Amino acid sequence: MTTTSDALVDLTHDDDQAGSSSAFGDVTGGARRPTGSSRTPRRPREFTSADGWTLVGSIISAVCLNWLVFYRFSGGAGWFGVLLCAYATFLAIFAVVTIDRLGRLVAVDRVVTVIVISAGIVVMVPLVLLIGYILVQGLKALRLTFFVKDQTGITPVLPATAGGGAHAVVGTIEQVGLALLWSLPLGLAAAVFLNESRSKWRRPIRIFVDAMSGLPSIVAGLFIFAVLIIPFGHSGGLFGFNGFMASLALALVMLPTITRTVEVVLRLVPDGLREASLAMGASRARTVWSVVFPTARTGMTTAVVLGIARAVGETAPLLFTAFGYDLMNSNPFSGAQESLPLFVYRNVKKPDLSAIARGFSGALVLMLLVLVLFAIARYIGSDRSKRRNARRSRARTTTAIAGESAT
Amino acid sequence: MTLAAAEAPLTPRTRTPRLVHDEPSRADRNFNRITMAAGLSVLLLLTLVGFFLMWQSRSAISETGPWQFLTRIEWRTDVQPARIGVAGLLTGTVMVALVAVSIAIPFGVLAALAITEYASARLRKYLIGTVDLLAAVPSLLFGIWGFLFLSGYVVPVSQWLTDNLGWIPIFHTKPGASLTGSIFIAGIVVSLMVLPIITAIVREVFSQTPPGEKEAALALGGTRWGMIRTVVLPYGKGGIVGGSMLGLGRALGETIAVALLLPNVPEISREILPNGGATVSGFIANRAGADAFTTSGLLAAGLVLFVITLATNMVASVVVSRSRSGVGVEI
Repeated sequence: MTTTSDALVDLTHDDDQAGSSSAFGDVTGGARRPTGSSRTPRRPREFTSADGWTLVGSIISAVCLNWLVFYRFSGGAGWFGVLLCAYATFLAIFAVVTIDRLGRLVAVDRVVTVIVISAGIVVMVPLVLLIGYILVQGLKALRLTFFVKDQTGITPVLPATAGGGAHAVVGTIEQVGLALLWSLPLGLAAAVFLNESRSKWRRPIRIFVDAMSGLPSIVAGLFIFAVLIIPFGHSGGLFGFNGFMASLALALVMLPTITRTVEVVLRLVPDGLREASLAMGASRARTVWSVVFPTARTGMTTAVVLGIARAVGETAPLLFTAFGYDLMNSNPFSGAQESLPLFVYRNVKKPDLSAIARGFSGALVLMLLVLVLFAIARYIGSDRSKRRNARRSRARTTTAIAGESAT
Repeated sequence: MTLAAAEAPLTPRTRTPRLVHDEPSRADRNFNRITMAAGLSVLLLLTLVGFFLMWQSRSAISETGPWQFLTRIEWRTDVQPARIGVAGLLTGTVMVALVAVSIAIPFGVLAALAITEYASARLRKYLIGTVDLLAAVPSLLFGIWGFLFLSGYVVPVSQWLTDNLGWIPIFHTKPGASLTGSIFIAGIVVSLMVLPIITAIVREVFSQTPPGEKEAALALGGTRWGMIRTVVLPYGKGGIVGGSMLGLGRALGETIAVALLLPNVPEISREILPNGGATVSGFIANRAGADAFTTSGLLAAGLVLFVITLATNMVASVVVSRSRSGVGVEI
């Protein structure tokens, strides 16, 4: 896609066809440029040192101007106002300078480039802040005892490092594990149905799976609550508040995620392989089992890991199912159970500071769990041959890397 | 050929030609049945969700009356008969979602442009990773981060907005009103959660722009922005609309972050900056474990939320798949 962009385009500084304004922008802006003698061709995406200095100069002058206006001449404003004004001034200065140097057409392009790239950076900022904040707050009270103790005998006067969240870790593992047990076979079968069968129901069911993936997770919890816990759960037991009910609610959340992502992966399997298998006389079931699944194995694993990562952090469906409990309960089929998200939610809402700190240690553990799952998914998901190539090409010359990354 | 000729005299029996039939074998029939059942079970589950929410919420709805339930603002179970309704909750839900989406759409589209058109191969990888990671971070973590960290930085912004732009009705506040726990703050936090969805869909759509059309625009002497304005954006219009609607659907259902941020008092207010407001999902989460009648009311509220998000999402996915650019787009 980027092949043509590097082609030499005769975008001269003095535009002698100034009268013709194309659909791509008004080029008449270039008409008042002094007619220089040398028409040097420019690459459209060329970024010269002069461009760089224009950018730096605009930033410096915008910051200085705003500092003068807001902190010297007036009483100042909130950081947001200053930031917004500084950015607007920077864009204005940059636009004016570029119009003067290269004409309007180029200036508009450059200003948009700056806006798009700064938006890309702004999107990264909250993630960095979030991870940093949870890390800093969580490390304050996180001790190794977190993984072996529960909340037995915890009173508000005890320090935040007392007690732990072992019961929550156990609950999370059991609930998500059971949820995977329910949702994986169903999700895989549904994905196979959407991609491998020739049924006329595929289109409506795909729309319903889409709709289900947008189902608010609290509704999943409410559903299990309404179907099983209200009618049968009076005396606790299998249909009371317990980890099993939570796993059903989580399965409802995971099902559409797994179905859609696995379906996408199955679609990438070349049809030639399927046809070869069918032509050899294999049944459709055999083809799926022995040809399609092995081919799509890595992608399917990624899909499942991402589904787990999503379920691990879900709080809302557990409020009406697992309910939360301060002590260790390793039996998911009986009695209320804690899980990491519930532990965090319940502690952060408490009024005392040590409980909030305990909540943050739980949040840190949860975040690390999600990050690890995410990293695993990405590692598996990155194509194995590509991984090997990347390692090999690092040893080679830079030109080889460029060639490799282009393919 | 020779082989067949040699064989012919040895086997004089008449060969009945085997019928080639199109009927699936038994294994295939079972396979079709099982996968079909799995597909239909999704349909069945969704129907069951709607049915059971309705069934279990009948006591609350019959006591208040369905019309009153939809139009009443307050939620009081301490009086007889109980006066509960979802109008206030729905208003809050829609306002939070609209704030979130109006922040997330511009950033989502710009980030998608940065990923598909501006970033180098290496930067593209990092940007995609960031957006995916943003989608993987649990809503709960966004909630406590917004509640205990971001809120303190947004209050001055709210103050600045109401001081300087207070003449716009939505930015108006009464003098001296508390600005924490506002719909605005909740909307900002929720916008971070819908941003990845919008970015992912818009990016997918943009990356499917036919290269030929882009190259034609560039070959005619257009700048990169000219190319984007005349080719990429018109091509991706359907995807932008559909992606935004899907983002809206997610924003409507966001639960835990909102439950932590808002005071969960149902009300109808035109102002987004002062403290106040509640959303359906946040309110339900906040009242978990209440008495049977309240729970029945919560189930009714959940039913309303279910219907609204389902409708939004279905319209969105139809919009995406009907548009020229979105035929093969995964949501």
